[in-house]
Amino acid sequence: MNARFVTSRVVIFYLVLFFIFLLGPLAVMGVTAFNTPSYPQVWPIEGLTLNWFTELFQDQEMLEGLRTSVIIGLSVAVLSVAMGLAGALVMTQLFGTSRSYYYFLVVAPVLIPGIVLGISTVVFWRDFTGILGMRSTLYNGTVLTILAQSSFVSSYCMLIILARLQRFDVSQEEAALDLGATYPQVFRDVLLPFLRPALLSSGMLAFLTSFENYNATTFAILADKTLTTVLASRVRMGSDPTISALATVIIVLTIVAALVFEWLKRREQKRAQLLQRERRRLEAAELL
Amino acid sequence: MNNLDTTFIATALVVVLFFFLVRYDRQRRPEAIGFFRRNGAVVGGYLILGVGFWLIMTFIMPMVFMVDLSFHHKLPPSKVGGPEDVYTLDNYRMFLFGSRTSTESLNWLHLRSFFATIGISMALTLITFAISYPLAYYMAQSAKAQQLRVLLLLLIIPYWVNDILRAFSFRILMAENGFLNGILQGIGLTGQPIDFLGQNIALYVALCYSHLLIMIFPLYNAIDAQDHNQIEAARDLGAPWWHIHLFIVMPHAKPGIGSGMTLCFMLTAGAVATPLVLGGPNSLWFTPIVYDRFYQLFDWPQGAAYAIVLLLACIAIVFTVLKLAGLKLGEIAK
Repeated sequence: MNARFVTSRVVIFYLVLFFIFLLGPLAVMGVTAFNTPSYPQVWPIEGLTLNWFTELFQDQEMLEGLRTSVIIGLSVAVLSVAMGLAGALVMTQLFGTSRSYYYFLVVAPVLIPGIVLGISTVVFWRDFTGILGMRSTLYNGTVLTILAQSSFVSSYCMLIILARLQRFDVSQEEAALDLGATYPQVFRDVLLPFLRPALLSSGMLAFLTSFENYNATTFAILADKTLTTVLASRVRMGSDPTISALATVIIVLTIVAALVFEWLKRREQKRAQLLQRERRRLEAAELL
Repeated sequence: MNNLDTTFIATALVVVLFFFLVRYDRQRRPEAIGFFRRNGAVVGGYLILGVGFWLIMTFIMPMVFMVDLSFHHKLPPSKVGGPEDVYTLDNYRMFLFGSRTSTESLNWLHLRSFFATIGISMALTLITFAISYPLAYYMAQSAKAQQLRVLLLLLIIPYWVNDILRAFSFRILMAENGFLNGILQGIGLTGQPIDFLGQNIALYVALCYSHLLIMIFPLYNAIDAQDHNQIEAARDLGAPWWHIHLFIVMPHAKPGIGSGMTLCFMLTAGAVATPLVLGGPNSLWFTPIVYDRFYQLFDWPQGAAYAIVLLLACIAIVFTVLKLAGLKLGEIAK
């Protein structure tokens, strides 16, 4: 038995343990969604049923929460991508001390606990909508949750877009300018198409982050209900296999979403690789 | 509405300081052209509006207002701005001493919970690091492309399941008559069911579980950036395996380690969902206390003060650790 063999066994053992820890709890929960007892029971399996799923789809409160979650998620995605893009572009036009100052401001929301962001949004907008005279329209859970989540989701979007911007070849912009394009035209026809993959993936990330957020939401949501807050109150009251059923649905959906996300990311990478290879080929041709 | 006046003034100061820095920066680029000439009126307007709304309306003003509010008394709306609306330290005094008037005895109930939250979060962050590091290293330096793809996909699945459901799955798993106790008793390891929930074991395990992936991805990125030849060279020169990790891989991956640990610590200390679902009857987590100030007592100024205490503690710890490790904020937020 040589050392290499032992090492590889240890690695495999560790990997297996790790993924049992990572996926086991979810699998166990999945099983309870199909088991008949009305308390989430894993073993023994007393009978397979889809009752918990049908019950889930007739649950008005959950469906209502789902609707709100989707509305909030889409709004957050649109708002955060727009603000994150603006944030990233402004960053490229700042230098020196003002840049570090600005950087601190735009990254700070990521490092602040969600409950603090949720609380600050609620307390501020309660008084602020008061002096605007719009408390009846703006001061509601959905709007506040969108604002609270956007503050940190925008930072995520900005970081993703910024990473792509750093690979932007400035000579493209200069070429367009030399050929007589104006700056706004460069923005629309050169920069935005280049940033499209980053905008798409940051939008997706924003939606998913918003959809599963609880920390900021629970403070900002007031009287409204999102799927996660409905879920939290249910779980608090007691265990019920419909929750397992919902979890199973969400896991399946997130697997699909994760696969799509991965696919998009990989397509982008592949395209970048192709482009690079093409560029190298051209360079080589030029050298000859 | 004098609270809002303070907020407006403080926010204006932040904005003015920013423009001052832009205008009078010594390291200014010589060829810089005007902002609106550079971007055009439409795009320029969009940039200012986008960044302005984001930073001022959703971040700076709410934060400043919350700090301001924490120095006020809880008053009915009719008295806000009246003669009774004065600045006070009462909310912080409540946190420290449990009373608005006497400073005789400390508020042990809340202080204990606060320090336990911070201490346990630190310990859990270290444990999470210990569990994640080998996998991150394996993914970055040993795994083949095909294996890596499978591993990444497996990792992404639990990443998007929300905190409540993760916690719920641990409740099913670790309840007194749950699956884990069933197994343990089945193979005869214990006679009595173990009270994982009451002892807060389930809470700690679930918190660790929730933040594994937050830790793994930055670690993986940092280790992946290292040239494998360096590790080979060290091995050829006779370094034992723990030398390689301690003196070659970890120093190189320091920004990633810093970023993973910072995020993990912040999220653990600020976790709301997991303690809500898994906290035992004698759970000591701090966030439910903050929540109760808000939606049980409806004392928003006091809740704001508690939230600020938590925020300050987190910031202080993170900056101390970064300082000790010799890292900058810009390096970890990638």
